Amino acid sequence: MALETRVYQKERTIKFGALLKASLGDMLRSRFLARQLAERDIKAQYRQSYLGIIWAFVMPIGTALVWIFLNNSGTVRLSDTGVPYPVYAFSGTLIWSIMVAAINSPMQNTNAAKGILTKINFPKEALLLSGVYKLLFDSFIKLLLLVFFVFAFGVGFHWSLLLVPFAILAAVLFGTTVGLFLTPLGLLYKDIGKIITFGMQFLMYATPVVYAIPDAGLMRTVMMYNPITPIILTTRDLVVGFSPEFLSYFIVVIAACVPLLFLGLVMYRIAIPIIVERLSA
Amino acid sequence: MSNIQHNNEVLVKVEGLSKKFCKDLKTSLWYGVKDLLSGIRGSQEESQLRAKEFWAVKDINFELRRGECLGLIGHNGAGKSTLLKILNGLINPDAGKVTIRGRVGALIELGAGFNPILTGRENIYNNGAVLGFSRKEIDSKLEAIIAFAELDEFIDMPVQHYSSGMKVRLGFAVAAQMEPDVLIIDEVLAVGDVGFRMKCLTRIGELLKTTAVIFVSHTMPQVARIANKIILLKHGESIENSVNVSSGIEKYYNEFQNTDKIIGGNGLIKLKEFNIYKDNRALNNNEKFVSLEFNKSYVLRLKLNVSHETRDYFVNFSFIDKDAKQVANFYSVISNNIFNEKGIVDITAKIDNLILGQGTYTIGVAINEIKTNGARGDIYYYDSNIKSINVVGVPTGHSPIQFYGDWDLNKI
Repeated sequence: MALETRVYQKERTIKFGALLKASLGDMLRSRFLARQLAERDIKAQYRQSYLGIIWAFVMPIGTALVWIFLNNSGTVRLSDTGVPYPVYAFSGTLIWSIMVAAINSPMQNTNAAKGILTKINFPKEALLLSGVYKLLFDSFIKLLLLVFFVFAFGVGFHWSLLLVPFAILAAVLFGTTVGLFLTPLGLLYKDIGKIITFGMQFLMYATPVVYAIPDAGLMRTVMMYNPITPIILTTRDLVVGFSPEFLSYFIVVIAACVPLLFLGLVMYRIAIPIIVERLSA
Repeated sequence: MSNIQHNNEVLVKVEGLSKKFCKDLKTSLWYGVKDLLSGIRGSQEESQLRAKEFWAVKDINFELRRGECLGLIGHNGAGKSTLLKILNGLINPDAGKVTIRGRVGALIELGAGFNPILTGRENIYNNGAVLGFSRKEIDSKLEAIIAFAELDEFIDMPVQHYSSGMKVRLGFAVAAQMEPDVLIIDEVLAVGDVGFRMKCLTRIGELLKTTAVIFVSHTMPQVARIANKIILLKHGESIENSVNVSSGIEKYYNEFQNTDKIIGGNGLIKLKEFNIYKDNRALNNNEKFVSLEFNKSYVLRLKLNVSHETRDYFVNFSFIDKDAKQVANFYSVISNNIFNEKGIVDITAKIDNLILGQGTYTIGVAINEIKTNGARGDIYYYDSNIKSINVVGVPTGHSPIQFYGDWDLNKI
């Protein structure tokens, strides 16, 4: 049996194709490790908690409740959205929370594995994949809650509801891609994580999460260009059974994510040894 | 492929390996950003030292075949761990090249991937997955792992309630299932109780036969026992790189300048002079170590100023090895020597044959009052490190006492 040969040396030239192939290959090979890590984290998270899964909803429900109150009490005047406002707000904050979690996921998971990254050689792509597994688990639970609201507020069943999981998958893809680009720098400097938390708060108001796109003005322009807008709107349209008006922009964004995700994976692969070197004194 | 050929193949080849590190955190992070950018662009730059950088590993070369074991020794911070990280593929070298053939197993961190909340059984899967086992492999090895760790009773208990020894046992039990071609060991064996440590060494002994091993340790007897090649690192450079393991170990010991000492006692006896004599000649006093030859005769000579307030006293020399273990005594009472002379006295003590094994030792001296019932009284004088010696002229070094005697064989 021929032995696998590995060579470690300073890379002089970057072969994008070879790196991508290696990255995807490792991702495929590390399915068991990724699942094991995801299972470990999910189990550990819920075993030491009584409320368990409820914590996944607290943030989006809280945000939605604030806006429902603001709207109902007349504190702010929001334009009519065409669906019961609670469903509008809930669906928006829920998808938003999935997106934020996806952006944070690559960095968080890599950071959490710092201890073993500096000691053991394993396919690092497993960390990304386990992050995706965890996101899908959380999203699935959130989706159930969303479906419950759809029926509770009398929006009722639409066939398009069956497409919502795909839209959420797209949200995870978009978030992971963005997160992947921020990860290398974010692992070196803690500032990046803080900027993400801080920035996402503002970005939420530049995205039709809790209110619709205004008819005119600067905010309309920002929202129309914001690449998160089509993801939120399309998902919501599928939930409530409207025909998605941002579908083409949605497809463009997702189509752009695929090559960018590949680029991110290659960058991640190049970056990890450089980062491990700086982490381990 | 025949087995013989198989055994001769070079599994690890290291050529001109260098790695630089940065002393300052902020600068290090900034260099990290620069390296990221040049890494992504694919830089052609030669590796020059930038400000605040130093070579953590410089120009290391070696080859290792199946069945060979390289002992990697050196002070703390000499670059051993950095070298291991490069060999393990965790970080990339700045210059040079590593070629490794076959499965690499690393015993650097035991129990990686453990989550304290989860049970021992669940964590076997976590740890196993990180080490590269498939679910099927772990399923089939589960019983063997639990048995090896001797944890049947506690395997479904959360790992956070394990003692540290139990955690290590579980971690080693999982790692012991690896069947690598190249094994990297970083002194993880210094933990656990004696029984388990023996078990670990036995398992490593089994692996030694079929793998190429790189073994990092501060425990020289262990290195002497299992290594057949040695690299001694100092400030990242190899100052010994050969198959002469004992010479490497000797140099390692000579690197230390053990000047730490505790001097005590109630002051009733003062030390004026101490020397070691061979054939009536005092051995050189200026060197860090006095070199003594194995199995030769030496005289230890003390010149003391003994106060008139003292009573009967004895002298004890203790020989302490590099692991701070007392390995021998030279005790006046054993040969019925109890003194009571006052004033300036000269005490000589002759060792007929010094049968200490190779290595360095520090000699401590204690002069104590001895009561009529044989009990120890006041300490008159005490010095934990009166002289460092280096025993040479004995080929093997992994045991502190080397008997010397006549051997005979009679054919019946």
